[in-house]
Amino acid sequence: MAQFLQFALSGVTVGAIYGLVALGFTLIYNASEVVNFAQGEFVMLGGMTTVFLTLVGVPLAVAAPAAVIITVAAGLALHRFAIETARGATPVILIIITIGASIFLRGLAQVVFDKRFHSLPPLFGSDPIHLADASILPQSLVVLAGAGVVVILLGTFTGRTLFGKALIATASNRLAALLVGIDTRRIVGFSFAVSAAIGAVAGILITPITLTSYDVGTLLALKGFAAAMLGGIGSAVGAVVGGLLVGLMEAFAAGYVSSAYKDAVAFLVILAVLFARPQGLFGAAKPERV
Amino acid sequence: MKPWQASFGAIGAVALMLISAGAWSAEVKIGAVLSVTGPASFLGDPEKRTLEIYVADINAKGGVNGDKLKLIVYDDGGDANNARTFATRLIEEDDVFAMVGGTTTGSTLAMIPAFEDAHIPFISLAGAIQIIDPVRKWVFKTPHTDRMACEKIFADLKRRNLTTVAMISGTDGFGKSMRDQCVAVAPKAGITIAHEESYGPRDSDMTPQLTNIKSTPGVQAVVNPGFGQGPAIVTRNYRQLGIALPLYQSHGVASKEFIELAGPAAEGVRLPAAALLVADKLDASDPQKPIVMNYARTYREKTSQAVSTFGGHAYDGLMILVQAMQRAGSADRAKVRDEIEKTKGYIGTGGIVNMTPADHMGLDLTAFRMLEIRNGDWALVSDGGS
Repeated sequence: MAQFLQFALSGVTVGAIYGLVALGFTLIYNASEVVNFAQGEFVMLGGMTTVFLTLVGVPLAVAAPAAVIITVAAGLALHRFAIETARGATPVILIIITIGASIFLRGLAQVVFDKRFHSLPPLFGSDPIHLADASILPQSLVVLAGAGVVVILLGTFTGRTLFGKALIATASNRLAALLVGIDTRRIVGFSFAVSAAIGAVAGILITPITLTSYDVGTLLALKGFAAAMLGGIGSAVGAVVGGLLVGLMEAFAAGYVSSAYKDAVAFLVILAVLFARPQGLFGAAKPERV
Repeated sequence: MKPWQASFGAIGAVALMLISAGAWSAEVKIGAVLSVTGPASFLGDPEKRTLEIYVADINAKGGVNGDKLKLIVYDDGGDANNARTFATRLIEEDDVFAMVGGTTTGSTLAMIPAFEDAHIPFISLAGAIQIIDPVRKWVFKTPHTDRMACEKIFADLKRRNLTTVAMISGTDGFGKSMRDQCVAVAPKAGITIAHEESYGPRDSDMTPQLTNIKSTPGVQAVVNPGFGQGPAIVTRNYRQLGIALPLYQSHGVASKEFIELAGPAAEGVRLPAAALLVADKLDASDPQKPIVMNYARTYREKTSQAVSTFGGHAYDGLMILVQAMQRAGSADRAKVRDEIEKTKGYIGTGGIVNMTPADHMGLDLTAFRMLEIRNGDWALVSDGGS
C-alpha cells in the first residue's frame, strides 16, 4: 500500500511537470490551430537563462522574471520572423516551421549557454514532505500550484476579457474574426508571447526537480504534447488533467511493470488517443460540415 | 607556350610538391572523437581540454621525435552513430596516425571495427571491459574497467558485512555493461543481488524504482552503475525517500559536477575512483602523488575548473601514446602499436600501467581507491574502512 502511495506521489510530481508544459500548447493552438513544437525550447530557455543569470551574480528574484521576459521576446521573435512570414500557409506547414525553430533554438542554446547539466535551488528547501510511508518534494507541490494558477488566469482571461474573447473568436473562424474588425495578427502574436511566458515559468519551477540542459526541451515537448492530446488540445483544464494522467501512468508502469519501458507510455497514450478519441478527454468534438 | 615558360612551370610544380610533402611529414595527426556535448559532456569536455593543453605543451617542447602533433577533435554528442561517422572521417579524410578518444562505451564499441580494419592504434577513454576483453590487436584503454569497479565495491561491502545488495542501473552502454559485470562477479565476491531496477539515461524521476528497492526485505546496500545526470537524480531521490542504506556509485560519476548536481544528498556516498581526485590527500610516499598533483595544478590553472578523472584518463592515453612513439623512434603505426603494448611501469593519473599482449589496459585493483563524499568533497577511505 505504501508502494502504491509513493508511485502515486511520484506520478503527480512528474505529471505536474507535463501539465505545466502542456498548458503552453493550448493558448497558441486556441489562437491559430498551430501546435507549437518549440514550446519545449521555451521551457528550456526559462530554466537555462535563470541559471546563467544567477551564475553571473544576478539574484534569483531578479533572474527569474528577467528570464521570463527574455523567453517572451524569443516567442515574439518566433512569431514575427517564422510564423508571420509564412502567413497564409496551412497549419501543417506552420507546425513544421515550429519544429525547425525548436532545432534552431536548441543549437543557439548550445553556443550561448553550455552543454552541461544545471540545477536551481528549490523554493521551499529540499526536505521531503512525508505522508504515511511515502514522500513528496515541496517543489512538486509548487509546480502543481503553478499549473493551477495558470489555468485560473487563462480561464479568466479568455472568458472575461474582450481580448480573450477575441482570441477565441480568432480560433473558431479566422475570416469571420477579421471581418468583425479583430486584428488577428496581434492576437496570434500575443498568444505566442503568453505561451512563451508559461513555458518559461514552467522551466524555472521544474528545474529544481528535473535539472536542465540545452536539450531538455525535446522530450518535455513530446510528453507535454501527449498530455495535451490526452486532455484535449485547446482545453487548459484538459492539459493539466492530461499531464497528471500521463505522469501517473508512467510512474505505475515503472513501478509495477518495468522501468525500461517507461518512456513508451507517453507515446502509447498519443496512439490510443488518436485511435479512440482524437479530441481528448475535455476537447469538444469538432462538427464537420458535410 | 614558350619553352622557358614550360620549364619554369615544371620547376615550380616540383618545388610546390616538395614543399607541401615536407610540411606534411613534419606533422603527426592525432584524432579524438569525444562526447563534448550531450549526456556525457562532463566526461568529454575535460578530455578535450586536457588533450588540447598537453598537445600544445608537447609541441612547445619540440614535439615527438622532432615532429609536431596536430590534434583533430570531433564531437559525437554522446551518440554512437555520430562517433562511427567521425571515425570514418578521421581514417579516410584526415588520415590520422593514431586515435585517443571514445568517451563512452557505446561510442568506443561503435568505432573499434573501423580502427581495427584500418590498422590504426586506438586508445579508448571508456569504461566497459568489452573494449579490451577479448583483446584486439589495435585497441587499448586507460580507464579502469567496470568489472574492477564492481570488484572494488563488493570488496568494500564485504568488509562492512553488507552482503545483500540491490542494483539500480542506467540503460546506457556503460550502465548495462557494469551491471552485467557486477552480476558476474557477485557470487565469487560473496555478494547476493536481491533486486534489480533500471532507468533511462534521460529520466528525471527514479522514485518508483527506488520505492521498489526500499520495500524489498533484507537489502543492506544499493549500487548504482551509470554515468551522467542519472546517478545525480537517483542520489537526490534516494535521500528524498529517506533510504538510510549505504549507496555506492560507480567511477562514472567521479567528477565535482556530480556533487554539485546531487547537492547535500551526495553526503556519505561511496565510489571507487582514481587517486587523482584526492591528489592532495595522498601520502607523500605514494608514487602517483607527483604526477597527479602536477596534472591537477596544470588543469586548474589552464581551465579554472576542478580536476576530473576523465581528463586524467585522456592525459594517460596521450602520454602512453607519446612515450610509445618516442620508444619506437619513428612514425610507424605497427612499431608504435608494439611499443604501446610494451608499456611498463608508466605512472599515470589512473594508476601504474603494465600492459601485456593479453592485457591492453594494464591496471590492477590497487589503481582504484575507495572514496567517500564528505562535506561536499572527496575523502579517502582507508584500507581499514573509514
